[in-house]
Formats: sequence, structure tokens, C-alpha cells
Amino acid sequence: MMTEADVAARVQEHFGTAVLDTYTFRGQCSVTVAPGSLRAVLMFLRDQLGFEWLMDVGGVDYLGYDERDWRFEVVYQMLSMANNVRFRVKVAVADESTEVPTVYDLWAIANWEEREVWDMYGIVFTGHPNLRRILCHDEFVGHALRKDYPITRRQKLSAPSENILCETSDIA
Amino acid sequence: MGLESHVSQPFLATRLDEVISWGRKYSMWPMPFGTACCAIEFMGVVSSRFDISRFGAELVRFSPRQADLLLVMGTITQKQAPVLKQIYDQMPNPKWVLSMGACASTGGFYDNYTTVQGIDEIIPVDVYVAGCPPRPENVIGAVVKIMEKIDREKAADWR
Repeated sequence: MMTEADVAARVQEHFGTAVLDTYTFRGQCSVTVAPGSLRAVLMFLRDQLGFEWLMDVGGVDYLGYDERDWRFEVVYQMLSMANNVRFRVKVAVADESTEVPTVYDLWAIANWEEREVWDMYGIVFTGHPNLRRILCHDEFVGHALRKDYPITRRQKLSAPSENILCETSDIA
Repeated sequence: MGLESHVSQPFLATRLDEVISWGRKYSMWPMPFGTACCAIEFMGVVSSRFDISRFGAELVRFSPRQADLLLVMGTITQKQAPVLKQIYDQMPNPKWVLSMGACASTGGFYDNYTTVQGIDEIIPVDVYVAGCPPRPENVIGAVVKIMEKIDREKAADWR
């Protein structure tokens, strides 16, 4: 029976100082890594520890929140159905110019999840095949969930396009 | 006037605008653009208890080309705005717009980066209905308001 603490220990043991931080809250464990180690850590979880499912990718903007050395985090929620255990990996993103490697080739769902994080936080995923907005409209300027985005800012609305109801380029 | 001697059957004299408005207002064809909970309330409006067919507007069409009353019911996001505009443009004249509820009329409490702050930023609106969601009586009241507006219109106002 593998627990989340076991997973954290295995990751810590395997990656050593590449793990910037570990965190446990009510039995839920997570590790924080640098963008350079992300793919190695996720592939280790997938191939060695049975985390076959990437459930969610989310972003956090810690601007003005505390004294940490980076502004953003990208959070990868992992599930191992074989072992019935969950785990989360956080990537420390220093600022808006720091890029994170894509994992869409490991889990296809990461394609849309990373588009959402880019749409909301402006975090660029290196190697992503189609990094376009997915929730906001195409003419949207800025990234809405950044803490320095003014909540009352209004955006230019898009005009109807010729093919608005039969757009086909959007699937990939 | 002696007209009766020329026409064998009884007849009424009236104004053309009067007849046209009379026809229009008692047979509005609604196109529901329902995006949120107000559209659920609309089910009550058209169903037997409140029954919008008492006012001649029960024939709901799901093609804008067959409708003359656009019912916008719910939150309109900025991404959806061009769709709503296109739907409105596809409706043939004459046409009227009913903005149902707080979200469609003002954005409601979605005062944020993604929500249109009232559909009148995109299309003209004839009647706003307050409420979150409005009661069916309120919507029927708004339909009657539009009927009164049609009464004041002239056929030549529309082409």
C-alpha cells in the first residue's frame, strides 16, 4: 500500500536537490520543482510509480502573497488508479518570462489544460503545438487571473466572423 | 356616405397601421437565446400555468430566421457576444428584443473580465426585465409592454 508520503519520499530520494520544496497538508503531499526538472519528475511518477492519469493542470499567482522567490506556480494533479493514490507536483515559475516545458506529448489532455493556464496567467509552455486562448475571446488583452489584472477592466468585443458557427480549426 | 350601396357586405373602416400592428402584436414568434437560469424560468412562462400563448407568443422557434421576438435569457460572455449579434442580425424585420433578468440587462453580479455588462452593448433592447431570475408574470408583463410598443409603431418604421 503506497501512501502520498511514500511517493514524496521516493521523489525526494530520486531527485534530491532538484526538489525545491515539499509540503504536506492533511495527508496531501506535494513537491515543488524547477521547470527544468518537471518532465523528468512527471515521467518518473508515470512510469515508475504508476501515476497514469494527469487529472488537472492549474496556475497560481502568488504576487504579494508571501516571501517566496517565484511569482507563479503551475500545479499538476496526478492520480494513480492502480494504487488509489493522488499526488501533486508544483513548478516554480519565477516571472512572466519564465517558460515551462509542455507535457502534452505525455498526456494529451495537457494540450487544453496548458492553453487554459496560458490564457489565464500568461505562462508560456515551451513546445506546445497550439498555444492559443481557450476560454477568453481572441481579442482579449492581458491575462485575467493575474493578481495585477484590474477586475473592472473592460475588453474590446469581437465582431461576428463569417464562419462563427462552423469554425473547424479549433479541435486539435 | 352611401358606400353601403356599392358594397353588398358589411365592412369596417380603419387605418392600415392599426391593422398591421394588431396582427403583429398578437402573433409574436419568440426565439429563445437562453444561456443560464433565466431560460429555466422561461419554461414556466411558456407552460400551462402561466401560458404565454394567452398573449399569442407561444410559437417558439429555434431559428432566428423564423422569429421576430428575441428573448435573451442569461449571462452573455464576451466570447458569446458575436454569436448573439449574429443571431440578432439573422432575424428578419420587424423584430424586438426582450432582455430577461439581471445578467442580460446589466451583467448582474458578474462584474468581471469575462461578462458583457448588458446586452445593449451589442444589440438594441426594447424591454428590460428585472429579477434574478424574474417571475413568469414579470416576463409576461414585458411581452405586454412590447405589444404596447408595437401599437405605437407605424408599418413604415420597418422595412
